[in-house]
Amino acid sequence: MVKHIRKIVQIGWGFLTNAYVKGFLPGGQAIYTGALKRFCVPGMNCYSCPGALGACPIGSLQAALNERHRKFPFYVLGYLMAVGVFFGRFICGWLCLFGLLQELLYKIPVPKLTIPEKIDHMLRYLKYVVLAVLVIGLPLFYRGKYGAGEPFFCKYVCPVGTLEGGVPLVLLNSALRPALGFLFRWKMAILILCLTACVFIYRPFCRYICPLGAFYALFQKISVIRMTVDSGACTDCGLCKKTCPMRVDPQKQPNSPECIRCGECVKACPMHALSFTGPGRKKHAKEKKGEYVS
Amino acid sequence: MKEKRMAVFTWLLLAASLAMCIYGAAAGEAQAVFMKAAAICMECIGLG
Repeated sequence: MVKHIRKIVQIGWGFLTNAYVKGFLPGGQAIYTGALKRFCVPGMNCYSCPGALGACPIGSLQAALNERHRKFPFYVLGYLMAVGVFFGRFICGWLCLFGLLQELLYKIPVPKLTIPEKIDHMLRYLKYVVLAVLVIGLPLFYRGKYGAGEPFFCKYVCPVGTLEGGVPLVLLNSALRPALGFLFRWKMAILILCLTACVFIYRPFCRYICPLGAFYALFQKISVIRMTVDSGACTDCGLCKKTCPMRVDPQKQPNSPECIRCGECVKACPMHALSFTGPGRKKHAKEKKGEYVS
Repeated sequence: MKEKRMAVFTWLLLAASLAMCIYGAAAGEAQAVFMKAAAICMECIGLG
């Protein structure tokens, strides 16, 4: 039970935030339009998903930056910062439906692909470029014919929107089908590429593309929920590094921007040297003396 | 000492973030999020 607690939380959260069943019924109202849509969910979740009860934080940020009479996006940015400062990338590991889907696809028993460390390291920076250019830069500075910008990431890249919004809406609403064109085919190609990659590489979207993960990663080193290493208990066996699916070395970098807080290393450590800390969580005795890495 | 300073910074940043969020909501930005999220986003689904 405890072993599967993260999966239970991921699935439960996915259902909870996409519980608008009417949206999935043919001929029903396509998407939820109630008051909860004022609030963003913490993970990637397209607000055009027929079941979505909340707003997508990345879509909302772009929409705020797109506006013709643009103001500083206090609401969305404040929300994202608060979530990032408190949770860091804990959200990626526990409360992201698309992350769960990637993990499930990776369970398909086929030979797995190991990206060479150098290339993997370089590709990890791509998500920060996506955040800076497609989510912030272009929506902020590019203006179309009528003075409004475009949500570049949502429009040209986001496979989450295609999977959770595009595919079900097109299947359930015949009126949308005549409008399908190059853009839909482009986004479907990205989605298929992404889902195929997930079978061979652990969470490739989270590792290399996700702008939300990149945003939360900026706060990982100072977040309230964090990981600590009891240097007195650690025997330097390297098991935590071997176990980490995100290829982090928790002993050296327990609060690496790449860590999604899945807790695999904590479970794997035979000496219980790794632990999560947060409000109300006691630190190791050694940590209290300052002999720990964080 | 360094740890303590970092913890103070974290909590201050968290308070500032929440203040930004509340200020934005009071200024009507939550309504703007609602307007976008309550309509089908054509760009997001590949039709825009």
